[in-house]
Amino acid sequence: MASVCFYFQVHQPFRLRHYTVFEKSPRYFDEFKNASICRKVANKCYLPSNRLLLDVIRRFEGRFKISYSITGVVLEQFEKYCPEVMSTFDALAQTGCVEFIGETYYHSLSFLYSSDEFIAQINKHSELIQQLYGQTPRIFRNTELIYSNALAETIEKMDRFDAIITEGADHILGHRNSNFVYRPPNCERLKLLLKNYSLSDDIAFRFSNKGWNEHPLTADKFANWINQVNGNGQCVNLFMDYETFGEHQWEDTGIFSFMSHLPEEVLRHPDNNFMTPSEVVDTYDAVDVVDVPRIISWADTERDLSAWLGNAMQSNALHEIYKFEKQIKQTQNEELLADWRRLQTSDHFYYMCTKYFADGDVHKYFNPYESPYDSYINFMNVLGNLRQQCMQALAGNGKTLCETS
Amino acid sequence: MKVFMLGWEFPPFISGGLGTACHGLTKAMSGLGIHVTFVVPKPVEPDLSSHVKMLSPLQCRPFKVSSVSGSRERPVEIEEKITNVSFRHIPSALKAYTTPEYYEHKIEDILTLRSRQAVMEEGIDPAIEQWLHETPPAIQQTEEHYGDDMYSEIHRYAAYAVRLALEEDFDIIHAHDWMTYPAGIAVASVTGKPLVVHIHSTEFDRSGEHVNQMVYDIERRGMQAAQKVIAVSHLTRNIVISRYGVLGEKVEVVYNGVEQNGENRALAFNRVGIRSDEKIVLFLGRITMQKGPEYFLMAARKVLEEDENVKFVMAGSGDMMHQIIEMAAQMGIGHKVLFTGFLRGKDVQKVYEMADLYVMPSVSEPFGIAPLEALNYDVPVLISKQSGVAEVLTHVLKVDFWDVNEMANKILAVLKYPPLQLTLREHGNFEVRRLRWEGAAEKCRDIYQGMLTHV
Repeated sequence: MASVCFYFQVHQPFRLRHYTVFEKSPRYFDEFKNASICRKVANKCYLPSNRLLLDVIRRFEGRFKISYSITGVVLEQFEKYCPEVMSTFDALAQTGCVEFIGETYYHSLSFLYSSDEFIAQINKHSELIQQLYGQTPRIFRNTELIYSNALAETIEKMDRFDAIITEGADHILGHRNSNFVYRPPNCERLKLLLKNYSLSDDIAFRFSNKGWNEHPLTADKFANWINQVNGNGQCVNLFMDYETFGEHQWEDTGIFSFMSHLPEEVLRHPDNNFMTPSEVVDTYDAVDVVDVPRIISWADTERDLSAWLGNAMQSNALHEIYKFEKQIKQTQNEELLADWRRLQTSDHFYYMCTKYFADGDVHKYFNPYESPYDSYINFMNVLGNLRQQCMQALAGNGKTLCETS
Repeated sequence: MKVFMLGWEFPPFISGGLGTACHGLTKAMSGLGIHVTFVVPKPVEPDLSSHVKMLSPLQCRPFKVSSVSGSRERPVEIEEKITNVSFRHIPSALKAYTTPEYYEHKIEDILTLRSRQAVMEEGIDPAIEQWLHETPPAIQQTEEHYGDDMYSEIHRYAAYAVRLALEEDFDIIHAHDWMTYPAGIAVASVTGKPLVVHIHSTEFDRSGEHVNQMVYDIERRGMQAAQKVIAVSHLTRNIVISRYGVLGEKVEVVYNGVEQNGENRALAFNRVGIRSDEKIVLFLGRITMQKGPEYFLMAARKVLEEDENVKFVMAGSGDMMHQIIEMAAQMGIGHKVLFTGFLRGKDVQKVYEMADLYVMPSVSEPFGIAPLEALNYDVPVLISKQSGVAEVLTHVLKVDFWDVNEMANKILAVLKYPPLQLTLREHGNFEVRRLRWEGAAEKCRDIYQGMLTHV
């Protein structure tokens, strides 16, 4: 039995506008750029992909299933800049074949710095998903699939998730493979779903690579690879950025036609089916414990944090932002809090990555800045202003308190 | 392989990057086993270029060419690091970056030199001698900017170069910048050897759109006559193609390198006029239009509005120096801007070591070796996007020279955020290690080999 489990990550950060140290305005985000990128990606990816998958789901009458993790920050942007994307996701939710996964609302690295903030953001995200799609997420994925035993323990304590999704990194699996359900150590309830990075990356990264010896990748070829899992696994976890469809792999590569044909090719084998992550967790028992004492992620070849925390600028920027968590919360100013949280989105720190030499191309492609140094300067200038706003608000609050008393 | 190289400067007699580049390149070529005869208009000081083997012209030629270095007539051998390079010099008053005033001042010296040379010129090939005195009057008259004698000076250099060339055995002629191109063409036509011209800067970089027609014509003729043109950046290559009409296939890019400073760090610099809590932002280069000194000042003013504890050091001299000093005073920041004049040797090292940031705001910079030196001294660097070196450096800050607001923003960021300085330093120093003269020399060798197999 091989159950194919698709999970697509949907995310766009709030990009900052150019902000010099001379600026005084508390408007930090580039409305125009965010709107135009959001609309562009909606037209190239979100809308055509949603329509295609909706069509496939209807065609297969419940036998084709998928899941999404959609960040709060991208949902805010859809609502503002392209509401039609919201309605297509709503239509997908109505089919009953689509599961929504939980994560931090702001796609943040808060787990590494503040567990209060981490839990607050997960709750905020779950509330939004419940409100929009009528589901409370049962499966959790952390930003960039960042994971460790300690994270599992934190999530276990929240007592409402059944499983965590993370990277099927070789060094945590050893001789085992990612096509089974596992569990973390010291957890009673949680299971682990591990990404089959080889098959996932065949679609996400290699699909259009003409230098790849399997190019062109066809639906029946890929289905054959899935069939080979039978006997040596129970689930094939295909986790990837949703932007793979139409944005990373352009339409003319044939990616949409591939996805349209894949379900029937997979289902041609009687032992195969499609499952949502929750169904996988309900169907299969954990076969073993996977021990992850040190933090992993899905990024680059290192599968570590170095894309976000690889240099002094990144650790400084992250440290500086979490340093005034207490003060910003004390202001009880919703706008300040929202801006502070939007600055936590991992992309801001990814742009500061200086690790060009090996993974350079991917990093540069997604970077709105000319250099990591420019992004750090911009971020720090914004953060400086926000801190000032926060301190002013606190001073103002203090004054009103004094006046009322 | 033997190269007959024509240049204008060699350390310590330098007024810009050309001498530094020639020094680094020839040293690296020597390491590759390429024999270089380097022809310079000035004798090389033995105590300041201590790693080179120098030969007095008197030892190598039957007739006298040298007249200025009478006191140094024996071969002076010091260290043997550049074993394959020998130097030849020619009496000439020329400097690579000369101003009319400077040149007029020199004319007298030249005339004295000439009267002495007249005695020595007996026995020279009559054809060359005739050419030596040839100065087309039409062109000479149009030239006021560079002084009347410029054209004939270049021809005189060329004539001496031809005489030297007839004594030498070599495979390739390599000419650095416009003043040596007539010499390059002449040597090529007399010897039939292939010519490569090396563009360290063009007339458009030096003079903006107000080009000196004579200089432009010489440059153009040199580029057209050469079998290969070496440009120090793609920026320069584009100018060579678009402004001089040279075929793209003829133009190769060879980036400059930087010599690693293995020396021990000097003691704390004597920070005259600078308080210990003050940060230092450094401009190092000629104070001329192409280097953008006024943009540096405009950015300085903006920085000082935010942070008073900054001193701006301008190291260098040039025709805009007085104007810039006055401009600083008019802006009311005169007490925050220090002028050191032209620095060399240890002083350069000292000024780098005390700097928190090096800024190169050039309006037009074919390459720009100074940022590499700054990185070598662990100083973070901010360069204009209008520089060739911006093509090879990623771990530096970049800005459009005219965008003084952004320039000030970035200067302040370096001063305010220590992790930025740290990261720029660490990565910058690593990056600059890969930009070696050896790489440039290898590329030149490949170009030579390509030319020789075609011939």
